[in-house]
Amino acid sequence: MAYVRKDLVGLKDLSKDEILFILDQAEKFKEINQRDVKKVPTLKGKTIVNLFFEPSTRTRTSFEIAGKRLSADTINFTSSSSSTTKGETLIDTVKNIESMNSDIFVVRHAFSGSVKFIAENTKAAVVNAGDGTNEHPTQALLDLLTIKEHKKKLEGLNVAIIGDITHSRVARSNIWAMKKIGINIKLFGPKTMLPKETAPFDSYIAKNLEDAVEDCDVIMMLRIQKERMSSVLLPSDREYAKFFGLNKNKLKKAKKDAIIMHPGPINRGVELSSELADCTQSVILDQVENGVAARMAVLYILSNNI
Amino acid sequence: MSLLLKNLKIVNHDKILENTNILIEKSHIKAVTGESPEAKEIIDLSGFYAVPGLIDMHVHFRDPGLEYKEDIFSGSKAAVAGGVTTCLPMANTKPVNDNSAITKYMIDKSKQCGLIDLYPVGAITKGMKGEELTEMGDMLEAGAIAFSDDGLPVMNSEVMRRALEYIKTFDSFIISHSEDKHLAGKGVIHDGKVATITGLKGIPAEAEEIMIIRDILLAKLTKSRIHIAHVSTRGSLKLIKWAKEEGINVTCEAAPHHFTFDENSLLEYNTNYKMNPPLREPEDVKAIIDGLKSGLIDTIATDHAPHHIDEKFVEFDLAAFGITGLQTLIPLTLKLVKENKLTWQDFVRLTSYTPSKILNLSDRGEIKEGKLADITIIDPVYTYIFDEKTNKSKSVNNPLFGKELTGIAKLTIKNGKIVHKI
Ligand SMILES: [Zn+2]
Repeated sequence: MAYVRKDLVGLKDLSKDEILFILDQAEKFKEINQRDVKKVPTLKGKTIVNLFFEPSTRTRTSFEIAGKRLSADTINFTSSSSSTTKGETLIDTVKNIESMNSDIFVVRHAFSGSVKFIAENTKAAVVNAGDGTNEHPTQALLDLLTIKEHKKKLEGLNVAIIGDITHSRVARSNIWAMKKIGINIKLFGPKTMLPKETAPFDSYIAKNLEDAVEDCDVIMMLRIQKERMSSVLLPSDREYAKFFGLNKNKLKKAKKDAIIMHPGPINRGVELSSELADCTQSVILDQVENGVAARMAVLYILSNNI
Repeated sequence: MSLLLKNLKIVNHDKILENTNILIEKSHIKAVTGESPEAKEIIDLSGFYAVPGLIDMHVHFRDPGLEYKEDIFSGSKAAVAGGVTTCLPMANTKPVNDNSAITKYMIDKSKQCGLIDLYPVGAITKGMKGEELTEMGDMLEAGAIAFSDDGLPVMNSEVMRRALEYIKTFDSFIISHSEDKHLAGKGVIHDGKVATITGLKGIPAEAEEIMIIRDILLAKLTKSRIHIAHVSTRGSLKLIKWAKEEGINVTCEAAPHHFTFDENSLLEYNTNYKMNPPLREPEDVKAIIDGLKSGLIDTIATDHAPHHIDEKFVEFDLAAFGITGLQTLIPLTLKLVKENKLTWQDFVRLTSYTPSKILNLSDRGEIKEGKLADITIIDPVYTYIFDEKTNKSKSVNNPLFGKELTGIAKLTIKNGKIVHKI
C-alpha cells in the first residue's frame, strides 16, 4: 500500500489503507522527533509555501516546524480570503507563487472547497490546512495518532465529538476518517450547531452530554468560536458551559481511562473546565506534539510523488 | 413573400398532425394543410417536428449595464438558436428596469436586433430596494408585460400587498422570486445531505416555501394575480396545489436545471451548478417532473442567467449564482419526452401554449391559421457537442458546456422570417 495522490485535500476521499499508511509514516517520524538532533535531510532542496488566506498561528507554526525538520525551505505567505480586499483572483495568486518553483503548498482558506479548487489548478502538491467548514485533514491525522498512542488501537473504540459540529472542519475530517477505520462515533452539540441532515455522518446523535460521553474511550471537545456566542446560534458562553461543556462530574459517565482531546486553543471554562484541561486524562499537549509528526509524514509522502 | 414548410409533424398543445405543411405569408400563418399550395420558397422538412415558437418567461439579458455577460443581441441569438422567439428579460439590469425609459431602451434595441419579441419585466420597487412602487402603468405603456424584483425578494409584505393591488388596475401581474432572505442567509447550496458532506452553507427549502405561501396568501387577500418563478421544491408544489384548489389566481414555472440535476451534482464544488434557488433533492426533481406532467406547473422557463467566466472561476462561496439555459431548454425538455415522462403535446403546452395564455399574447402559442408565424422546427435526434461554436450566449456558465446534447432547433422562424438555422 502506498499513497499516490498529488495532494491531501481531505480524508473523505481516502481509503482506510491510505489513512493508515500516513499514520504509519507519522509514527516513524515521531521517533525522530524524540532524538537530540531532530533534523533529517529528506526534503532538502524542496520549497514548501504556507499559503494562509485565513489567520492561524498554531497550524502554520506546526507545518513550518515539520517542513524545517525535513530540511525543506519553508516560506510563509499570508493573504485575505476575500477577493475584494485582495484585488487578485485566488488562482492568479497561486499561479504567481507556483512560478517561483514551489513544490508543496500548505493552504488554509476561509471557504469550503477552495483548497480542492487550488489543487486542481496547480502543479504543486497541495496540503489542506483547513478549508472553511469542510476539512482539516492533518488535524484528524494527528488526533488519530494521539488516540492510537494512548489506546494502542483504533478499531472498535468509542469516540464522542462534542461542540459546533456544523461549522467544524476538525469534526468533519475526524468523522470521515473514523468511520472508515471502524471507530464508533457519537456526536453532540446544541441543535443550532448540528447540520439539518446528519445522516451522511452515519453517527449516533446524543441526547445530552452525559449520553454522549457514556462508555467513551475518547472525548473530543471542539473549540467554540467566540463570534458565535450571543448570536442566533447560542445565547451565552455561560449557558454553553452548563449544557455543552465538559467538567469532572459529567466525565464520570465515560470509561475510567477515557482521554480528553481538544484541537486548541481552549476556551477554559466554556467547552472544557480548567481542571479537566490540566488533568492526567487530558492529552491536549500530546496532540500538539503529534501534529508535527503527522505533518512531517504528509509532507514527506507528497514530496515522494512530485 | 410566401414560404411553405413541408412534410412536418406539427405539434400543438392538443394534437399532432402528421405529414402536414405550413404555408406562411409575410408574418403570419396562412394555412396548415395536407395540400401543397404554391409558394415562393419551399423547404422540405420530412422527419422533423414543428412546434409554436418557444416563449421563455424568465431570462436575464444583462442589458443595460452588464453587457460583458450578455446583451440584447447575444441573448436574442442564444434564444433563437434555442428555438425561443419570445422572451421576458428580468429587471435586475444596471440601472434597474424600474422606469419606462429603460423599458423603452430594451424594446428599441430588441427591434433593432429583430430576432425575437422582447417583453420586459419591470421592477416592482424602485431600484429593486423593496420599498417604493415603480411607475408600473407607465412601464406597461412602454411595452413591459409583468413586474418582478427577480433576484431579490420583496421582503416587506405590505409592499408586496400594495404591488399586487396596484397592478390589478392595469390587468397585469407580479412574478415572485420567492426567497426569505434571512432564512436563506449566506447559503450557497440546498440545505440537505450535500451541505453536510461538503461543508457548504445550506439554503433550506423552507426559505422558498415560506415566501410562496406568503405571496399566495397576499394574492388571495388582494384577489390579484401572482406567478411564482423557478419553483424548486416539492413543498412549494404542495402549497401551489392548495392555492389552485382554493381558486387563488396563481401560476408557476419550473426551470430545466431543476428537473434535470439535483444536489448531488454539488459534491465536487463545481460552481456551474451554483444557482438560486439551488439544486434540491432527487425527490424534488421527481415532484417537478410530476408537476409538469399534471399541469400543476404551468410553464417551463429557463432563468437564463449568464455570468462571465471570471465570476465562476473563483472560490465556491464567491461565485455568482446562475446558469445559462436558452440553448439547453430543448434538449433537456425533450429528454423528458424521450423518457416518456412528457408527451410532445406537454412540451408545447409548457413552452409556448400556456405562456401565451398567461401573458395574454393571443397571436401566438399555436400553429394555426391566422397566428403569428413563430415556428420552431426541431430535430429531436440530432446529437452534437454544446461548444464554442454552438453556444451563442456571451457566457458559458453551464455544466453541460462541452458535453454532448441531443435535440436541437433546426430552424427558427420569427414573424415569418428565418432567424436561425443549422
Ligand atoms: Zn429569481
